[in-house]
Order: sequence, then structure tokens, then C-alpha cells
Amino acid sequence: MSTQTLAPTSKAEDWRYADQAAVAQLWPVAAEQIAVASGDSRALSIIAREGEHHAREIAIDLADYATMDLRILNAGGAYGRVAVSVRLGRGASFTLGAAQVAGAGATLEIVTTVTHTAPDAISRQLIRSVAGAGATVSYLGRVAVEQGADGTDGEQSVRAMLLDRSAQANARPELEIYADDVKCAHGCAVGELDANALFYLAQRGLPPAAAKALMLQAFVAEAFDGAQDEDQLRALAQAALEAVL
Amino acid sequence: MLTIENLHASVADKPILKGLNLTINAGEIHAIMGPNGAGKSTTGYVLGGRPGYDVTEGTATFDGQDLFALEPHERAAAGLFLGFQYPVEIPGVSNLQFLREALNSQRKARGEEPLSGGEFLKLAREKSALLKMDMEMLKRPVNVGFSGGEKKRAEMVQMGILNPKLAILDETDSGLDIDALRICGEGINAIMRAPDKAVLLITHYQRLLDYVKPDFVHVLAGGRIVKSGGPELALELEEGGYEGVAA
Ligand SMILES: Nc1ncnc2c1ncn2[C@@H]1O[C@H](COP(=O)(O)OP(=O)(O)OP(=O)(O)O)[C@@H](O)[C@H]1O
Ligand SMILES: [Mg+2]
Repeated sequence: MSTQTLAPTSKAEDWRYADQAAVAQLWPVAAEQIAVASGDSRALSIIAREGEHHAREIAIDLADYATMDLRILNAGGAYGRVAVSVRLGRGASFTLGAAQVAGAGATLEIVTTVTHTAPDAISRQLIRSVAGAGATVSYLGRVAVEQGADGTDGEQSVRAMLLDRSAQANARPELEIYADDVKCAHGCAVGELDANALFYLAQRGLPPAAAKALMLQAFVAEAFDGAQDEDQLRALAQAALEAVL
Repeated sequence: MLTIENLHASVADKPILKGLNLTINAGEIHAIMGPNGAGKSTTGYVLGGRPGYDVTEGTATFDGQDLFALEPHERAAAGLFLGFQYPVEIPGVSNLQFLREALNSQRKARGEEPLSGGEFLKLAREKSALLKMDMEMLKRPVNVGFSGGEKKRAEMVQMGILNPKLAILDETDSGLDIDALRICGEGINAIMRAPDKAVLLITHYQRLLDYVKPDFVHVLAGGRIVKSGGPELALELEEGGYEGVAA
């Protein structure tokens, strides 16, 4: 029996923040394959909202000079996981904009492995997560730059907003670089809504939930900037936020 | 309209207001002056209900209601507007979206019909024009990247749109250039000079009072009103400073 058939435990690095009971039910998770041919471009939005538990595993292969724009709204159920692994060929470009909205007690996570296999590819990842009471939001993101993938340009921007003291955010960007002339940047921040801004909005007449919703909408909307279906994604995120507040 | 009696308030357990009394009637314009750190902004924040500003004693009655029993957004809906000494920047939230939601929240709380998108835009355009502010500024995020003076002018546009009964304007004149000072002064008169409205101006200088002529001027020092008078008091203070008064 291969180990593949066994559900991973929290000892596995990529699964350390997962809801193990939910994973056991969901296992095995079939990987979805996406291949973008040389010079082609592809846009995809993944909305994970329905259902108690969900897990998706997506493997993306970007040929030379291929472009992929992936947007994720991870916002439903008690456990939600979207794992993405991407291999970039020469001059390929990968954009990920992801928002997670975790209601009370939920565990949501986005796990990415972005591998630059050849020179001059670009990857941009922007993750915005919101966690309510007792919720956990995680981002595990590995950027691997293989030997010879010189001129790689990789960026990870990870921010989380905690709505309650009992909320938790994990952010673990990771870099593995075996090439030269590589530009990789990451920024992580975990915070709370700005109390001064909340008072300002309240003083103008917005009730607390509306004031928070307005600020959180702006916060997650960054993940959908420039998406093909930006308006729809924003509207879905807004509905998810309203359900959490 | 507003009666403050023996108000004591603390910030971070430090007493700042120490027995402040002030009555503002409808139709009146009051100015509060006073040295740095006297508690002027604190007074505005306490009346607005800012978290962390604790009332330890005293009362404030606004239009017959116990002001301190209301949440900040309820005070706004009751007609209280606070112009901030330092307007807050809110990235990603457009002025228009925020103001429309704020206005309609207030209207809802008062049992009024919400304004439609078109009605709201018309109102916003009208008030921007009154303050000679480019409507495009209202499409930008709240105060983000606005210059000091632009922030103050934008606050007056907000006041025009929200149309409060009582405006407490904390150093609205600071940061304004000469023309902007006149425009904002005239804007305050246009929006707030009415028999059923009142204004409390917090300021350090006579210059704003040249445009918005106060009926009463008060000196706040050490957390209390230590002297009150007519418009001439502001001129006397500009001449002689606070030394003789605040002692
Ligand atoms: N968070 C805080 N902790 C401790 N002291 C505070 C805090 N906030 C304000 N204060 C103090 O309260 C006092 C009153 O401040 P306030 O801002 O009301 O003064 P002001 O009269 O508006 O002064 P200015 O003319 O400089 O604007 C000051 O001494 C200030 O240092
Ligand atoms: Mg002040």
C-alpha cells in the first residue's frame, strides 16, 4: 500500500494547520490538472463557499511564456483548503489573488508551491485573510527557484485581519533558491481593524458592523484587483463578509 | 440644544476634563479657544463617544436625550457631527461609497427613506461645488493622499452631505490656505447657520472667526471653561495670550 492513500497528518508540513478530522473525510483529494500551452493565457476563479468541508488540489503547468491569472475566494464551511502547485517555464507569468473569509471556528487555508523551472518567469501572490472568533486562517507558500531559473521575479504579499482575540492567522512564506540574479520579495502582516478608522466611520453614522464590513471589503478587494470577473468576486466576498460580521 | 454639566473625563485613566460646563442653544455659534493640551479635542471626542475616552462624572444632554447613553453612530444619527483635528485616512474605501452608506444609515435610524444613487450623487455634487472641491476627489479613498488642507475641506463636504444639527469643528482652519479658509468659512455659514442648528468651533486663531462670527467665545484651560465672553474675547486673547485668563 502506498502512503498516498493515507490521509496526511499534522506532521506533514503542508498540513500542519489543517482540520485533521475534516481531512480524513475528504481524503483522497484528486488533483485537478491545468496546462497552459506556450504563449497562451488563462484566467480562472475558484469560489469555495458551499458545503461543510472542502479541499481542492490544483496542479498548474505553465509552458514557456504562458500566463495564468488565478483568483480564489475561500470562504465557506468549517474547513476549506485550496492547494495550488504551479510550475513555470521560461518567461511564464503566474498571478494569484486570494481572499479567505473565515467565520466563527472555521479553518481555512491556502497552500501554494510555485516552482520557477526556467529563467525569467514572474510569480505574484497576494493573499488577504479575515478570521472571526475562534477561526484559523493560514497561508503556506513555498517559492522554489530551480537551478538555471535565473532572472526569476517572485513576490508574496500576505496579510491577515483578526476580528477577535480568539482568531488566529498563520503565514509561512518560504523560499528555496538555487539560481542567480533572483528577485524574491515577501511581506507578511497580521493585524486588527484600525480603531481610529472605525470611530471615524461610526462618527459619520455607520453602525459597527457596517463600518467593519466597509473596511474589510476594501481589505479583501485587493486580491481581486484587475480580475476578469472582479465585480462578481467582490460581491461574493462581500456576502461572505456580511455572513461573518 | 446641547447642555454639558460638570463633565469629567479621563483618557487612559488620566483625568483630562475636570468639571466642564457649557450650554449651546439652537441658532448659536460658539468658539472654544485654549492652550495646547487643555482638553479641547478631548471634549469633542468625549461628545462623539470615542472609545477610550471615559466619562467619569457629569452629563451631556443633546436635544433632550442623554448623549452618553447613545453609541457613536446613534449620536451621529441624532445630528452630531465632529470635524476632526486630524481626519483619518481609510485606504480602499471611497468617499462616495462611505458617505452614501453613512447618510443612509443615519436616515434609516431616523425612520427616513434612503437616498437613491442618483439623489445622493446630486447632493454630493452640490456640496462639493459649495466647498469648491473637485468631485473627483470624492471618488478617491477617504482622506488617503489628501493634503492637510484638502482633508479639512473634504470634512466640510462631508458635513454638507450629512447635514447635522450640531457641528463640533476641531481646528478646521488649521492647514487651510488663505482662499480655502474663506471658502470653508463661508461653507460653514451656508451649511450650519440656521435657527435650528448650532456650531462649536475649536480654534486657536481669530482668522476663522472673521468668517464664522461667534456669538460666544470660551476659554478652555486645565479641563474646564475658565472664561466666557462675546466675540471680543477672541480678539483680546489674540492680543494678550492666555496668561491673564487661564491662570
Ligand atoms: N491616550 C492618551 N494618554 C494620555 N494622555 C492623553 C492621551 N490622549 C490625550 N492625552 C492628553 O490629554 C490632554 C488634552 O489633549 P487634547 O488633545 O484634548 O488637547 P487640545 O486642547 O485639543 O490641544 P491642541 O490645542 O494641541 O489640539 C493632553 O495633555 C494630552 O497629552
Ligand atoms: Mg486638539
